[in-house]
Amino acid sequence: MTQAMFIQHLLNSLTLGSLYALIAIGYTMVYGILRLINFAHSEIFMLGAYFVYWGLTLVHLPWPLALALSILVTAGLGVIIDQIAYRPLRDAPRISALISAIGVSFFLQNVAIVFFQAIPREVYRPSWLEDPILLGEVRLLPLTLFVPALSFLLMLGLIYVVYRTKAGLGMRAISKDIETSYLMGVPVNRIIALTFGIGSALAAASGIMWALRYPQLQPIMGVIPGFKAFIAAVFGGIGSIHGAVVGGVMLGFIEIMTVAFFPELAGYRDAFAFVLLIFILLFKPTGLLGVKPEDKV
Amino acid sequence: MSRKIPILLNVLAVAALGLFLWWAEHSLDGYKIQILNLIAVNIILALSLNLIYGFTGLFSLGHAGFMAIGAYVCSILILSPEQKDMLFLLEPAYDWVQHAQAPFFLAVIAGGAVAALFGILVGMPLLRLGDDYLGIATLGFAEIVRVVANNIPRLTNGALGFKGIPSHANLWWNFGWCLLTLYCILRLVRSNTGNVLKAIRDDEIAAKAMGVDVFRYKLLSFSIGAFFAGVGGALLASLVTTIDPKMFLFTLTFNVLMIVVTGGLGSLTGSVLAGVGITALLEWLRVVENPISFGSWELPGIPGMRMVFFSLALIIVILYRREGLMGMREVSWAGMLAAIGYKGKAQ
Repeated sequence: MTQAMFIQHLLNSLTLGSLYALIAIGYTMVYGILRLINFAHSEIFMLGAYFVYWGLTLVHLPWPLALALSILVTAGLGVIIDQIAYRPLRDAPRISALISAIGVSFFLQNVAIVFFQAIPREVYRPSWLEDPILLGEVRLLPLTLFVPALSFLLMLGLIYVVYRTKAGLGMRAISKDIETSYLMGVPVNRIIALTFGIGSALAAASGIMWALRYPQLQPIMGVIPGFKAFIAAVFGGIGSIHGAVVGGVMLGFIEIMTVAFFPELAGYRDAFAFVLLIFILLFKPTGLLGVKPEDKV
Repeated sequence: MSRKIPILLNVLAVAALGLFLWWAEHSLDGYKIQILNLIAVNIILALSLNLIYGFTGLFSLGHAGFMAIGAYVCSILILSPEQKDMLFLLEPAYDWVQHAQAPFFLAVIAGGAVAALFGILVGMPLLRLGDDYLGIATLGFAEIVRVVANNIPRLTNGALGFKGIPSHANLWWNFGWCLLTLYCILRLVRSNTGNVLKAIRDDEIAAKAMGVDVFRYKLLSFSIGAFFAGVGGALLASLVTTIDPKMFLFTLTFNVLMIVVTGGLGSLTGSVLAGVGITALLEWLRVVENPISFGSWELPGIPGMRMVFFSLALIIVILYRREGLMGMREVSWAGMLAAIGYKGKAQ
């Protein structure tokens, strides 16, 4: 493998990894607060990408506006899903909410099939993202720099919200102990809604960038990235935002580099993440950065 | 009540089912017979998942994986060597795959047995995980099975899968297996072992404190469930006569989960009723996917609409009737006789 190729693989892994990380953050935030695997998150990701597509093709919005609007709408959708499908089940056994989440996921997927049709669609890419730059022997798509950079900015913003604002304090309090947070006057339901909103916005951002990077929109496009991002969240330690970032980026590297060095394994690419998941759950179920929860009797 | 009356009633019920099947075979068209077959297979799948999740509390999402294993094993055993010559276009089959042959009944058992074996292999490490982690890990297992099936063309014919699988699975086989599954699982959950399983479901820590070897019982339940999932997959393969890795997506597990949840977790009666109802409903919903014409005006068919309704139904069930149709209740002969006022001798 030449040095130039290696650098390209490196940048590709960073791009893929940061996209996983953005989705993983949504999973990890919701899990941290509600102990719920939000299966519908992968559909949120898909819808975010579609909203941009429709904004551009139907309404002919300028590109940045379409992007911003899509993120807003998707965030709202995340909140609505929580209100309708998860909130009534807060006191139910955890698995009930999980089944509801699976139901919502299938529902959104099939609504997308009904309304958007299963034909793959191509999203418009502004030319400044597409024209390759040559750096010596390395051919760079500006996208492979743009995606990690924007993702990094978004993550910084998120970390600011979670660790420096009052709402973030509320989130951290709820994830420690939801009952006590009620008693301490934390507006629990509002904070949970906010969490869903932020998580969904990040998933939408990731979906949009995914559509730019791998320009094909399909109603089932969210399923595999969604699973993998969840695995990334578990890998990093579910409930931990830093863990989700680290796990996402590492998963991106593992996937791209394994295929780069062992091309004969390319067919198994989608299985890596699951094998990784099973191994983590067996040997370090708390993930890389997670904290061990106590078993309460 | 004396023990004889329920046995007599059971024999009568089986005879009535036999009569019904005989009638169906002779007077219903192929499509309706196919629906009946699907009902039987879905009941088998629902019962097996109910054993794992409803009675033992192991949230498993790996059913599609076990079904795939059962389907592939059974298909390989019942396809003739000549058919395999024609099928394996990409790469020739392994020698042992090429020559493996078994009669249908044994092939189905083999499918179940291999699935159960995988159940044990997967269960040993995974059953230590709790709740949703177990769900995700077993889902991962099912996905791995699918990816592997895609990538070993000499064993599974890769993405092309198998076509022209002999359609041995008629009404008699399917309902025969269905009854057998019901009988086995009923005996199991009513036995002492069944009580232990329910104890684990209700409170694992308490069961452990009572000296139950929790892990062994979980493994037992999981592998028996996997066996019947494999059987269901094998019958399904012979019923639809074509299989490929795409068939065993998560959607398949979702359908089975839907039946179990709607019927009631921990109720075999519920699984049977929901198996009948939901299979019929799913077929009926095909109407919305086909074009409907009102005189000169035609409503175009909308693909995907069926699953929209279906998933919406699951959400509504879980939001408004979480215990499902039956909760944990069962319909038994004793209960039915009591309801119509029959008083037998005290036991």
